[in-house]
Amino acid sequence: MISLNELMPALPEIVLACMGMILLMLGVFRGDGSTRSVSWIAVLVLIVVGVVLSSVQNGRMTAFGGQFVVDDFAHFMKWLIIIGSSFAILMSINFNERESIARFEYPVLILFATLGMFMMVSANDLISLYIGLELQSLSLYVVAAFRRDSLKSSEAGLKYFVLGALSSGMLLYGCSLVYGFAGTTSFEGLATLFKSLGGTGPSVGLVVGLVFLIAGLAFKVSAVPFHMWTPDVYEGAPTPVTAFFAVAPKIAAIALFIRVLVGPFGVLIADWQQVIVLISIASMVLGALAAIWQDNIKRLLAYSSIGNIGYALIGLATGTEAGIRGILVYMTIYLAMNVGTFCCVLAMRRTGRMVENIADLAGLARNQPLMALALAILMFSMAGIPPLAGFFGKLYIFLAAIEAGLYTLAIIGVLASVVGAFYYLRIIKIMYFDEPAEVFDRSMGREVRAILVGTTLFVTFFIVRPDIIVEGAGTAARMLLAG
Amino acid sequence: MIIQALSFYLFAFVAVAAAVMVISARNPVHSVLFLILAFFNAAGLFVLIGAEFIAMILVVVYVGAVAVLFLFVVMMLDISFAELRQGFLQYLPIGGLVGVVLLAELMMIGGTWIFAPAASTVKANPTPAIDKTTNTEAIGNILYTDYIYLFQGAGLVLLVAMVGAIVLTLRARPGVRKQKISDQINRRPEDAIEVKKVQSGSGI
Repeated sequence: MISLNELMPALPEIVLACMGMILLMLGVFRGDGSTRSVSWIAVLVLIVVGVVLSSVQNGRMTAFGGQFVVDDFAHFMKWLIIIGSSFAILMSINFNERESIARFEYPVLILFATLGMFMMVSANDLISLYIGLELQSLSLYVVAAFRRDSLKSSEAGLKYFVLGALSSGMLLYGCSLVYGFAGTTSFEGLATLFKSLGGTGPSVGLVVGLVFLIAGLAFKVSAVPFHMWTPDVYEGAPTPVTAFFAVAPKIAAIALFIRVLVGPFGVLIADWQQVIVLISIASMVLGALAAIWQDNIKRLLAYSSIGNIGYALIGLATGTEAGIRGILVYMTIYLAMNVGTFCCVLAMRRTGRMVENIADLAGLARNQPLMALALAILMFSMAGIPPLAGFFGKLYIFLAAIEAGLYTLAIIGVLASVVGAFYYLRIIKIMYFDEPAEVFDRSMGREVRAILVGTTLFVTFFIVRPDIIVEGAGTAARMLLAG
Repeated sequence: MIIQALSFYLFAFVAVAAAVMVISARNPVHSVLFLILAFFNAAGLFVLIGAEFIAMILVVVYVGAVAVLFLFVVMMLDISFAELRQGFLQYLPIGGLVGVVLLAELMMIGGTWIFAPAASTVKANPTPAIDKTTNTEAIGNILYTDYIYLFQGAGLVLLVAMVGAIVLTLRARPGVRKQKISDQINRRPEDAIEVKKVQSGSGI
């Protein structure tokens, strides 16, 4: 029998699921006219869930017979996801109305996607991992195709769906192999089993299963060679959805990656480290080189996100506490930078239509100096120029890599980030030194402006108090490795 | 005992015969109906070996949903099955070869199959004890307690799938005339009829 006390660790998820369904009902009965209020209530729900999350958090707790786990690591990641999801809803309110795709299902689907991500972050069993992943992915496929009258958006949704289904298949195949050769799906069971192996090493079937598992997860974080869907989906999906894709699902997927590899498979680091090193190098190099030739800013940001995942995977390849702390700090800063940049992309509209070419930013410094300044700060930060936050994100990752003796990886990372700096700086050059293009409409919307100001301030003043985030990340990483 | 044996042979014979009819019937609608018959007989066989839950699921899911869906699709799509069958003899040798290879592989697996030594003891002592509870109760007990998290999670996945299908396909088409019963009932003679005084000899 399950007593109510046992359900307490999952209280945020339960609140989120119930409120998602209630909002769905509200929307169905009130019609699409209620989209604005449903969106605001959804943001409120996310804040309440965050408060509940922090109040029930107390060390490491499991629920549902060990299928669900909450610890400081999950707490940290869930807060990032909440921030990403609420920004995605806030950014969409005005955008969807202007594009006349304002439908109440959007915030509801974002809520369910958030729930799926929570389940991924808290997964403690191969089956709950899969269920959470599917809940998240299914909601994302739908929001990618949300502008269903546009061919590009439908294409994005379909492409994402077909490739996502393929990757889910690979993940499941890996899970079934691991289950077949280990005899258990529980993470604790797997960890005990691998520890008891001693020097004999795992069987071949287990390693093959692990590789398939990594392939499925690499697709979800869009690491090379499973990145092909990213530019097309980012370009086709409505801009607030792209902003959402660039942050929250990536954070959830990388959290899952860390939890699976460092948790149950932590003992087998010799078997998976080389795979992670390889996809990390490939992602960094491709992210740096392929972005150079992009004209469309959303495609550029897609390649930039592939590169950024490559840097985050360096931290995973170390498998140490410092590496995981580095990833957590990196993902926090990445969240702020990306959301801020997408706010600027949202403001790129002329005579009521979205423009997405980088050349359209020409001379922005003269037309809208403040927005140009904000975008310049964000781009400098993405390029990793001190004293902005992006520099510290990379610093912690590279330090961890050097501590763990992965010198090649660190050197390639630094080189890739130098190459990558080129296209970030190109945007600044276009904004400040090119002949001004036509003026953008001044219709940014209050919410978007507030988010842009907030993220820019965070990126600029991170250096003043880095300890707040770094210490939280440190505690989270420590607890993950201890458990 | 003899009734059991008789019913087994009855169900088995009808199931096999229906399965043969599924692939040999000329009319695709008949094929689907034979498929449903085959499912019912398979369900009967499951009842005979004491797996009443699977029997129920077979009827509810396969007959109730899948086969009826097939029937709809077959009836709605205008496929000429005579045309599809045209190359049947031509492809028979290669198709038959693939079938024989698969059969041989299956027999090889069956011949070398060894059960794990622990399997027989597990099979002999099922938990919970077989005389204490029924299959359905045992599955329900474990599904709604130990696996409630996954069960509810799967439910949410299906909910999202349903919402997604509606979001992406449902359109409020303009110009559709729907019946509004309240409007019809509220209509009074004064709204509909206009009495005109017609001048005699001039027409309207």
